[in-house]
Amino acid sequence: MTAAPTSFLERIREDAKQRFSALGYPTTHDEDWRFTNVAPIARAKFEGRTGLPACPAELPPGVEISKLTEAPPDLLEAHLARYASFQNNAFVALNTANFHDGLFIRIAKGAVIEDPIELVFESSANGHPTIAHPRTLILAGPDSQATIIESYTGNGGHYFTNAVTEIVAGDHSVIDHYKLQTESAHAFHVATMQVQLGRDTNFRSHSLSFGGALVRNDVNAVLSQGCECTLNGLYLVAGEQHIDNHTTIDHAKPHAASHELYKGILAGRSSAVFNGKILVRKDAQKTDAKQTNKNLVLSEDAVINTKPELQILADDVRCTHGATIGQLDTEAIFYLQSRGIGLADARNLLIFAFARDIVDRIKVASLREQLEQILLEKLHGSRN
Amino acid sequence: MSLLEIKNLHASVAGREILKGIDLSIDAGEVHAIMGPNGSGKSTLAQVLSGRDLYQVTAGEVVYNGKDLLEMSPEDRAREGIFMAFQYPVEIPGVSNLYFLKAALNAIRKHQGLSDLDAMDFLALVKERMALMEMDQSLLNRAVNTGFSGGEKKRNEIFQMAVLEPKLAILDETDSGLDIDALKIVANGVNALRSPARAMIVVTHYQRLLNYIVPDFVHVLAEGRIVKSGGKELALELEESGYVGIEEVVASA
Repeated sequence: MTAAPTSFLERIREDAKQRFSALGYPTTHDEDWRFTNVAPIARAKFEGRTGLPACPAELPPGVEISKLTEAPPDLLEAHLARYASFQNNAFVALNTANFHDGLFIRIAKGAVIEDPIELVFESSANGHPTIAHPRTLILAGPDSQATIIESYTGNGGHYFTNAVTEIVAGDHSVIDHYKLQTESAHAFHVATMQVQLGRDTNFRSHSLSFGGALVRNDVNAVLSQGCECTLNGLYLVAGEQHIDNHTTIDHAKPHAASHELYKGILAGRSSAVFNGKILVRKDAQKTDAKQTNKNLVLSEDAVINTKPELQILADDVRCTHGATIGQLDTEAIFYLQSRGIGLADARNLLIFAFARDIVDRIKVASLREQLEQILLEKLHGSRN
Repeated sequence: MSLLEIKNLHASVAGREILKGIDLSIDAGEVHAIMGPNGSGKSTLAQVLSGRDLYQVTAGEVVYNGKDLLEMSPEDRAREGIFMAFQYPVEIPGVSNLYFLKAALNAIRKHQGLSDLDAMDFLALVKERMALMEMDQSLLNRAVNTGFSGGEKKRNEIFQMAVLEPKLAILDETDSGLDIDALKIVANGVNALRSPARAMIVVTHYQRLLNYIVPDFVHVLAEGRIVKSGGKELALELEESGYVGIEEVVASA
């Protein structure tokens, strides 16, 4: 191993460490964190933890996975921490300063990868609160096509997962990304995914969030000319869970389209935040952006804060946004009951129906089945 | 004993009394038409029988198949064989007609101590009953009533009834909004389901439907009471004189 990457890593780590010292943990006085109080994370004493995620043992031709520290130094220096900025995001700074190692994934130019590449990040508390800073850099070559699944899960206890993923999608690439978050009940989960899209790329993100006590997902995409970017999201929270989804779509260049649909189901005393920012820069004429956030609130004690944030600097664009907050339709419940379907089943059927269009957009059959199972278990549990 | 025995039924919505003492007895195999002007309580009666909780029963009793109907949840009423064809069928986006029907049929079968119908048998049953209603099979995979025309919704109701095979069917203004062709299809479907084991209550404002579904008895409801009962000829009489005469009867009572 050459000395170069180590020194590059040392340099960014040091920068990030200083930046985190300056920033500190955000508070609810920060606009971006207004409804998400991270004091429980700031207060907790975590013990360090290492370990790399599980990834496929056998890789198809065209895919290369290595430890970040063993990645080609020139590529590392060219891309790592170039997109996910730690200047204004304390958690990204914390991750950059502290990640022990991470994964470097490269998809070769023109490679068409049929099977999903699944990364499983499993945390365990081992009696003490632990912390992990998963770090992933994905470079998809031009004209490549791949499906990536990041799965975050845990086997109980108090722990904090602070993940950063950077994806660079080459020109004309087609990338499907799934994030399945089923952390343990007491876990904290903060994650930033920063996506840099080349010309005419087609990128689809599906953020599926069910676990954790306190969860924050940031998904940020920067679009080039002719891109098509889809951000889908589904969250189901119950009990005292809190989930915050922040997305930013940066239309930097003309003729790009973005479609965003986030759906949330809230039960018990849970709370959720959706903040969807769309930035259409001056150059980005003919932008077509559509954002929708729909929430189904199952209890009177649940709280949702939803906010579109549109900044449009170009003048020939189409941008639409809408947010809804609703309850289960009592007429529909009665209709189902009147056909012999029990009240609990009728409610679940309608909740499934609400989530249906997100579930249907998942192209990986095994993931779709897993999701249906998770929904079923979670709905069953949330009625207690 | 009658299949359905309604005694002195009073029901209110939001504190306003709509049904003011209904007495009605229905035997298996009979078709009873309930007619009456708008606001007379026809639909309220249908909804109360199916268990809609918008209505409060303030007095009276309803015995169905020897059981206290008013104590039963809507789903248990359905499982015990009551089916109401809705005046306004509800759209349920995201739930396919096929999945919905299967869930309904299996819930009813479970209640009867039967196992789930296997997929092949279920599909065969569904296709046969669809043919009866002259419905396009593509409707099976569409979401329940979502984007259906008014006629398709009403046909879908009778189709569900044909699959679920109730003991007591309540048709709440199933004719409203139907053109004559759709009306004939609906009526044919209903007639095909007439049997000595099944009773029907046909709630309608117009006599027209009763040309196609010929009732055994006709009851006229006005201001929350049955003011006149008779055979099928009563419907024709109403067709000629309208409800004006009926309202006079109520006023002078």
